[in-house]
This record gives sequence, C-alpha cells and structure tokens, in this order.
Amino acid sequence: MKIIETRDLTKRFGQLLAVNHLSLTIDEGEIFGLLGPNGAGKTTTIKMLTTLLSPTSGQAIVAGLDIRHQAARVRKVIGYVPQLISADSTLTGYENLMIFAKLYDVPRRERENRVSQALHYMGLEEAADKLVRHYSGGMIRRLEIAQSMLHHPRVLFLDEPTIGLDPAARRTVWEHIINLRQQFGTTIFLTTHLMDEADELCSRVAIMHLGEIAALGSPQELKEAVGHGEEVTLDDVFIHYTGNELDNGGNFRDVSRTRRVARRLG
Amino acid sequence: MNILQSFFQQIYSFSHKTLVLTELEMRKLRHDPTELFTRAVQPALWLLIFGQVFTRVRAIPTGNLPYLDFMTPGILAQSVLFIAIFYGISIIWEKDLGVVHKFLVSPTPRAALVLGKALSAGVRGLAQGLIVVIIALLLRVHLNFNLLSLLGVAVAVILGSALFSTFSLIIACIVKTRERFMGLGQVLTMPLFFASNAIYPISIMPSWLQVVSHLNPLTYEVDILRQLMLAGGTGSYQIGFDLVVLTAATIILVLIGAVMYPKVI
Repeated sequence: MKIIETRDLTKRFGQLLAVNHLSLTIDEGEIFGLLGPNGAGKTTTIKMLTTLLSPTSGQAIVAGLDIRHQAARVRKVIGYVPQLISADSTLTGYENLMIFAKLYDVPRRERENRVSQALHYMGLEEAADKLVRHYSGGMIRRLEIAQSMLHHPRVLFLDEPTIGLDPAARRTVWEHIINLRQQFGTTIFLTTHLMDEADELCSRVAIMHLGEIAALGSPQELKEAVGHGEEVTLDDVFIHYTGNELDNGGNFRDVSRTRRVARRLG
Repeated sequence: MNILQSFFQQIYSFSHKTLVLTELEMRKLRHDPTELFTRAVQPALWLLIFGQVFTRVRAIPTGNLPYLDFMTPGILAQSVLFIAIFYGISIIWEKDLGVVHKFLVSPTPRAALVLGKALSAGVRGLAQGLIVVIIALLLRVHLNFNLLSLLGVAVAVILGSALFSTFSLIIACIVKTRERFMGLGQVLTMPLFFASNAIYPISIMPSWLQVVSHLNPLTYEVDILRQLMLAGGTGSYQIGFDLVVLTAATIILVLIGAVMYPKVI
C-alpha cells in the first residue's frame, strides 16, 4: 500500500527552484532514502512532507491525507527528527519525552508507560533524569527518535539522522531505526549524504540533484545500472548521477549549519 | 450536541497544550533559576538611585504621592517590558537549534504555541513583581495589601508580559536573526518606556508625545498598576478600561503571532 505519494511537488524560493516537479511513491513499511549533495533539495522536500513548508505547486499525500488541506491531521500521524538538534538541552531526557507525550495527545493513563518504554527501548533508562546537556551525541539522537515515536506514527521522517556522529554511535542509531520498522511497521523516510548509511538501511533510494530525482531504485539496482557488470559502490553511483563539479556543495549557510550540528553532537 | 461537545473538546485541548508549553518553560526555569536573580538588578538600581535622587528634586508633579511611590509601579511595568521584549531572542535561538521545527510538526495549534510562551513570560514577570515589591517595602513605599488588589496586580503583570513577549515574538519572526533582533530590541524598548507614564505623568509631556503615549500599551499597564499597587494610588483611566485595552491588545497580538510563528523557520 502506498503511504506517501507526491505529484509534481515543487518549491520555489524567489529565483531558486529548490524542488522541481518531484513525483515519488513510497510503500508502507519501506525504509526510503533520499540522497543528494548539500543544496539538492532534500531538506526542502522533507519540510514540505512534514507540513513545515507549503509547496509552491503540486500535491502530496501522506498516510492518505493531503499535506496542504489536511495539515493538522497529517501532523498526528507522522514523526519528525530535524537535522538540527531538537532535544531541549536544559531539560532532562524524561522531561523531553513527557512534554512531547502530552503535545501528541498520548492519553494520560498511558503516558508514564509510553515514556518509560521509549527510554528502555532506546537504552536511555539510566540517563533519564540527567540534563540532556550532559548526553553524548548518539544519546541525543536516540532521545530525539524516541520523542518522535511516542505517538506511534505511521511515517517517521529523519533528516540526516547520523550527521556528526562517530561510527559506533552511527551504527547504534541504524540498529534502532531497523528495529523500529520491524517492531511497529513504521515507514521510514530519511535523507542522508552518507552512501554506506543508505546501503545499510534503505530498501530503496532516490538520488536527488538540483531539485530533481536523478535516479531511483534499490541500492543494488542502481549499482548494477551504473556498473555495467563491474563492481561499483554506491559512492560511484552518487557521483555518476550528481557529477563531481566543485560548485554544487551547498552554500555558506548549509555548511556552517552542518558543522555546528557536528560540533554539538561530537 | 455533537458540535457543542467537539467545541468544548477543542477548547480543552487548546488550553491543555498551552499549559504544557508553559510547563516546559517553568521546568527550564527550575533547572536554572539564576536569570531571575540577575534580572532583579535593574529595577533595584532604578528605584535605589534614580528614585531616591528624583524624590529629592521634587521636580515632577505627582499629586499627593511621594515620587518614589509614584515611580514604583512604573519600574515594575518597565521590568515586565524589558524581560518580555527580549523573549523573541529565545524564539530565534530555538529556531537555530531546531526545537521550533519539532513543535510545529506536532499536532499543537499555532496559537497555543504562542500563548504558552506568552504565559511563561507572565510567570517570569510575576517573579520580577515579587522582587520589585520587596525592594519597595525596604524603601518604605506605601503599598496596598488588599488581597483583591494584589490579585489584580498579578493579572496585570501576566497580561503585560504576555502582550510584550508576543510583540517580541512577532518581531523575531520578521527579522529572523539574533543580530538584527538585538539591535531592534534596543531601538524599541527605550521609546516604549519613555513615551509612557512610567516615571512622569503624561500631563507634563509635549502634546505630540501625549498622543504617542496614549497609543502605547505600557501606559495602560502602568496606569492599572499604579491604581492597584499603591495605597492612595490614582490613575487616568478606569481599571476596567485598562484591563480591556491590555487584554484586547494581547489577543490581537497572539492571533498575529500564530500566523507569523511558522514563518520563523
């Protein structure tokens, strides 16, 4: 069953065409990866699908609901972990979860239970009453994923979930993402520019370049299409479709933001 | 019947979410209450130095009230304004962190997000009020301890904080960066303060400034506080009128804020 469907989804910021007639279909239960260099339009796409930005034109349906006209209902059935650090560092892990359990209308009787389950599931029980300021990068990401899963959403959007994490922490986050899908059947839509992440996690990937989809398929299919019988990695596929010109590396704001996140998580 | 039921459910859900956001701010404050104390310095300086000196000068006509008494409600209103007007900076900070994104994606009405912030500014304002009252007591200002008046003071402080913090939120959503906001915050606070009846009566102002001060919400905040806080305090308007002006301005700003808030990202 289709859970996300976009038709000619377009976002324009003044002169800049950030997302250009994007048409995509994602099935329920997939882990779908949107790949692309900085500034390719990945984050803009995710912001439109999560109702943060309204599209300039085109249409998108998430879990059967129109993101334009039924935005309030879309918000009840999706979870979102922004690329930026969204956990509140001046509160404890427990408080971060409890506030969101309330905002997501988890019934009062179930709240305690849901929160302690989430803490247990993400391996944060011991740190529950510590201020998030003292958490490691991996712990913060796990807490944020726990926050966005409290209401058992049907689709979880993860924008660069492992940016700035060290390899060990990255692997733990991956395991948790895979577990989420197995345990709750959650569809996962993530963006990344790490090819091994896409290779490891995603059932299908789309490579985005200058606001458009340059290639779409399972990692295996893409490698075969580019390699013509030779052994290639997803990195080669990526470079094949996005080119390796020097000038497509995002603007100053993107880069400084990425570095800031990396510094705070690392 | 069903319509009525769902209407009340929505009201309940709206108030609940608003209070959750206020709770969030209160929890932050509980983990680190230092700001409450550092913010006590400014009103203390105004009352101790400016107030004491101008009481000697007797240059400002304040009716039967000693000048220090006259300015005490003005200084409370001032500190409410100063705390609230920089509230927007926290919105920009939260935007840079990504906290705002997460709130906006949650099923929380935009107006509840804005009002929750406004109320938490109110709680900070109350803490400030307590400090000003303590300093005033030490300086032997003649305060009014009627319970109903005290309650009225609390309501006025919460309303004033909510009003100016929401104003600040709207500015933050327009300018979007901390640097621009800091500059603008300075530019806005001083005219709001001096074009009001906080430290001198409107009657001694030149007529153009009198017009401005009647349009300034801070004037109504000071007016209501002056009537409620002081033993023998008088004002220019009815207390009810002050309340209506402050409430109406707050509601209008919250509605504008609800539209502007999603644009901050």
